[in-house]
Amino acid sequence: MVDAESLRERAVAALEAITDPEIPVLTITDLGILRDVSVRDGVVEVTITPTYSGCPAMNMITLEIETALARAGIKARVRTSLSPAWTTDWLTDDARRKLAAFGIAPPEHAASRRALFGETRPACPQCGSADTEQISEFGSTACKSLHRCRTCREPFDAFKCH
Amino acid sequence: MAATTSIAVEETPLVLQLLSRADDALILGHRLSEWTGHAPMLEEELALANIALDLIGQARALYGYAGTFTGHTEDELAYLRDVPAWRNCLIVELPNGDFAFSIVRLLLVSAFVDPFWRASAASTDSTIAAIAAKAEKETSYHLRHAAEWLIRLGDGTAESHRRAQTALDDLWPYTGELFTDLASDAGMVPDPISLRNTWNATIDSVLARATLVRPSDGWMQSGGRIGRHTEHLGHLLAEMQFLQRAYPGATW
Repeated sequence: MVDAESLRERAVAALEAITDPEIPVLTITDLGILRDVSVRDGVVEVTITPTYSGCPAMNMITLEIETALARAGIKARVRTSLSPAWTTDWLTDDARRKLAAFGIAPPEHAASRRALFGETRPACPQCGSADTEQISEFGSTACKSLHRCRTCREPFDAFKCH
Repeated sequence: MAATTSIAVEETPLVLQLLSRADDALILGHRLSEWTGHAPMLEEELALANIALDLIGQARALYGYAGTFTGHTEDELAYLRDVPAWRNCLIVELPNGDFAFSIVRLLLVSAFVDPFWRASAASTDSTIAAIAAKAEKETSYHLRHAAEWLIRLGDGTAESHRRAQTALDDLWPYTGELFTDLASDAGMVPDPISLRNTWNATIDSVLARATLVRPSDGWMQSGGRIGRHTEHLGHLLAEMQFLQRAYPGATW
């Protein structure tokens, strides 16, 4: 009989290196996608939550979790939970720094309901200028918006407040 | 055993509620995805595809939950129902038309769906509450996007104004159906009528900025919720369901 707690610890260690396929600098723990790891009757149950309802990375993340655990010789089940709804407030400070270093402006303020009009103007992750403009609220992935810096003239992605 | 090519779904009030919301999301998502490769600019193509993705994701969650009562998978519900079994509003199945038509439709629908999910986040049904809490964050972006565009189209050139007003006039008779009461259990989802004032306020505020004239409420189209659809849905399903019809039970 395998000790449940040591099995859980081995599973958590195996999951540590799994990154988001779209944002390879962040692990699924950094992002708050990995919600829970528990052991039930010798089987590890991993709970993940999607960032957006239709996030196409979820299937790949599930596959990567199953692969990583299988490699470690651990029998596992992955389940998806929608509640509580994922929010950018769960991004760790470390994750915010990694995002900025990668060239993606991190979500600046706590997520709140958006007004019907108005736009966000995150600081440029390349040159740090606050003089930026929004090109589109929808970017290259569901979780990012598209901006342009008026100082260095470079376009950049920002992680949307959610 | 031969794979099933058509299913009949037993509709309890809850299943009808879930299918109606899921079908609205999937069909509008499918229409928006048709813009891929045709949008007026690259950024807009990304935006419409992103919105379509959110809607299809929401539909998947709703079909998944409906499946726990009907025994059908989300794929079966999407690919194996014929036209009369679809419960979406007529407004979402209409062809895309020009860009103004697609944007006006997105605004008219999102201005309803956004407060609908926000209120449903307090549902007595914990699964509906979870799906709604997720969906309303996404629909608030959809609503903003449509509103910002309509202001630019309405308050833009004479041509964009004319097209936006024409789209609004053509789509208006389809808005009444959004408020159809599906007679759900109390506390499950809000009564659509209770969202009428919120919808009116959103639409009026956007139309004022867009310098567009709100059409008068006349006779309203309906029938989608009871499976009486326009001819357009059949064409859409013929494309969307092609693979499962031609190769029943195919998986990959």
